[in-house]
Amino acid sequence: MAIDTETVRKIAFLSRLRVDDDKVQATEDEFNKILGWVDQLQEVDTQNVAPLVSVNENYLQMREDKVTDGNMPEEILANAPMKEYGYFAVPKVVE
Amino acid sequence: MSGMIINGKTGDWEVICGLEIHCQIISKSKIFSGASTHYGSDVNENVSFIDAGMPGMLPVLNKQCVRQAIKTGLGLNAKINKYSEFSRKNYFYADLPQGYQITQFQYPLVGEGFVKIDLEDGSSKNIGIERIHIEQDAGKSIHDISPTKSFIDLNRAGVGLMEIVTKPDFRSPEEAGAFLRKLRSIVRYLGTCDGNMDEGSMRCDVNVSVRRVGETAFRTRNEMKNVNSVKFVMQAIEYEARRHVETYENGGTIVQETRQFDPLKGVTKVMRKKEFAHDYRYFPEPDLLPLVLDDAFIDDVKSEMVELPDAKKERFVHELGLTPYDASVLCEARETAEWFEKAAKGHDAKKVANWMMGDFFAMLNEKKISLEESPITPENLGKLVELVTSNVINGKTAKDVFVLMAETGKAPDVIVEEKGLKQVTDTAAIEKIIDEVIAANPGNVAAYKGGKVALMGWFVGQVMKASQGKANPGVVNQIFKSKLA
Repeated sequence: MAIDTETVRKIAFLSRLRVDDDKVQATEDEFNKILGWVDQLQEVDTQNVAPLVSVNENYLQMREDKVTDGNMPEEILANAPMKEYGYFAVPKVVE
Repeated sequence: MSGMIINGKTGDWEVICGLEIHCQIISKSKIFSGASTHYGSDVNENVSFIDAGMPGMLPVLNKQCVRQAIKTGLGLNAKINKYSEFSRKNYFYADLPQGYQITQFQYPLVGEGFVKIDLEDGSSKNIGIERIHIEQDAGKSIHDISPTKSFIDLNRAGVGLMEIVTKPDFRSPEEAGAFLRKLRSIVRYLGTCDGNMDEGSMRCDVNVSVRRVGETAFRTRNEMKNVNSVKFVMQAIEYEARRHVETYENGGTIVQETRQFDPLKGVTKVMRKKEFAHDYRYFPEPDLLPLVLDDAFIDDVKSEMVELPDAKKERFVHELGLTPYDASVLCEARETAEWFEKAAKGHDAKKVANWMMGDFFAMLNEKKISLEESPITPENLGKLVELVTSNVINGKTAKDVFVLMAETGKAPDVIVEEKGLKQVTDTAAIEKIIDEVIAANPGNVAAYKGGKVALMGWFVGQVMKASQGKANPGVVNQIFKSKLA
């Protein structure tokens, strides 16, 4: 599997990362190096091996349903580039 | 047969529809954080650093959300998966601070099930459930305060959701409507979601396609997001199905897209067609291990199950002798069903049901009050029925007593005592009145004896009048018949 220039631009868009035109080729090459390495891994026979989701040999722990957090709107908004009336303010998004 | 067939210019078309319903889980705290889920708090009041997507914050799963989803699954006759996993669904939107939603993808908590729906023609049909997975809700965007900015409130961000996905089993708007009402009733009985579509605690995405009658494959479907009432869901299905038929018959094609239903105009329009919009790049959530449940956990949830509307209705019909219609009305809301059971306890259930379906609901409507605000308690309605069945008062007096109960909130036996409304069952007293009536109306007596039997009603009426409604009409009737025979 190899990645082309168009796919690089698409992934950059989806990730909201700007990749300048003169960097696209280099990024494509890097992607393909990584994929080449993955291809190498594909040579291992994993026919009867269940996919590994986590290396942690444990299962999920749950918490009790108690309110223990929140009530700190100032802290929540502290780093917001724009805020008004206690809301985060963002450039208008309308579908 | 409740399927909807659209008669096109070139033949008949069948409507195919599936639903995805997002139900806000009832829990005190959010699904992955300890912030409150309280609705109506001040802006950004119920937000933790986890909900705000701050770097380095780790989610911890709320046990209650898992229990609620399992309970819902059991209510929908579904398989509970002891092994499930969380995934990240990636997309960018201002009200999703993490840049991804934690949801379940490949291994949902609840698998296949079904819901039985009852249709107007008396038939019923099973609608398949594909799965239920749990996930976090997004924040709320407000677009109408400023002309140039959108405002974001994260109080809702991270509230637990159950997404219930049906199989494409609906063949008409009516079936989808019946399903949503049934689902709402079930989650309310279970206390897992409050089911208010207008407040957004239950939101519905509608998938619609059509195919020619006889075709077996599905054609391209369109999805309508966030349709917020049962009526609108039904309208959206019908409009969209007709649009598809028209498009096909005019030689056009349907492309898969997300549309929005406009309830004011009753039409759907394209919402987004952006090329990359649906590339969610799901991958296993690295911050959460697989969720593994044992039998004890699931059994414990099972032990909390309540009797669901269908089972209750069945019992009301078979054990209490109610008509299927009365039973289904009384069972739609758990509060109503429980009120009825309290009222009917130890009394004639069918008569109690008649009172509830008639005068009682009419009284609530007239006063514009809810069941909980009723001045008449269930116990008192039961007593009123008892007063009639034990012949203390007659049916007509009972209506008057009911009105006084609604006005004063007093118990019926107190009212009967105070107003001296006790029915005269003393035959001697009744006989005396009857003799007077017979003596005063020789003409009618002769006419009755001559064959005008319909006059009996008039005679009884005279006695009722003379006794101020307190005589037992049955007894009066009997005595008259023997005296005039």
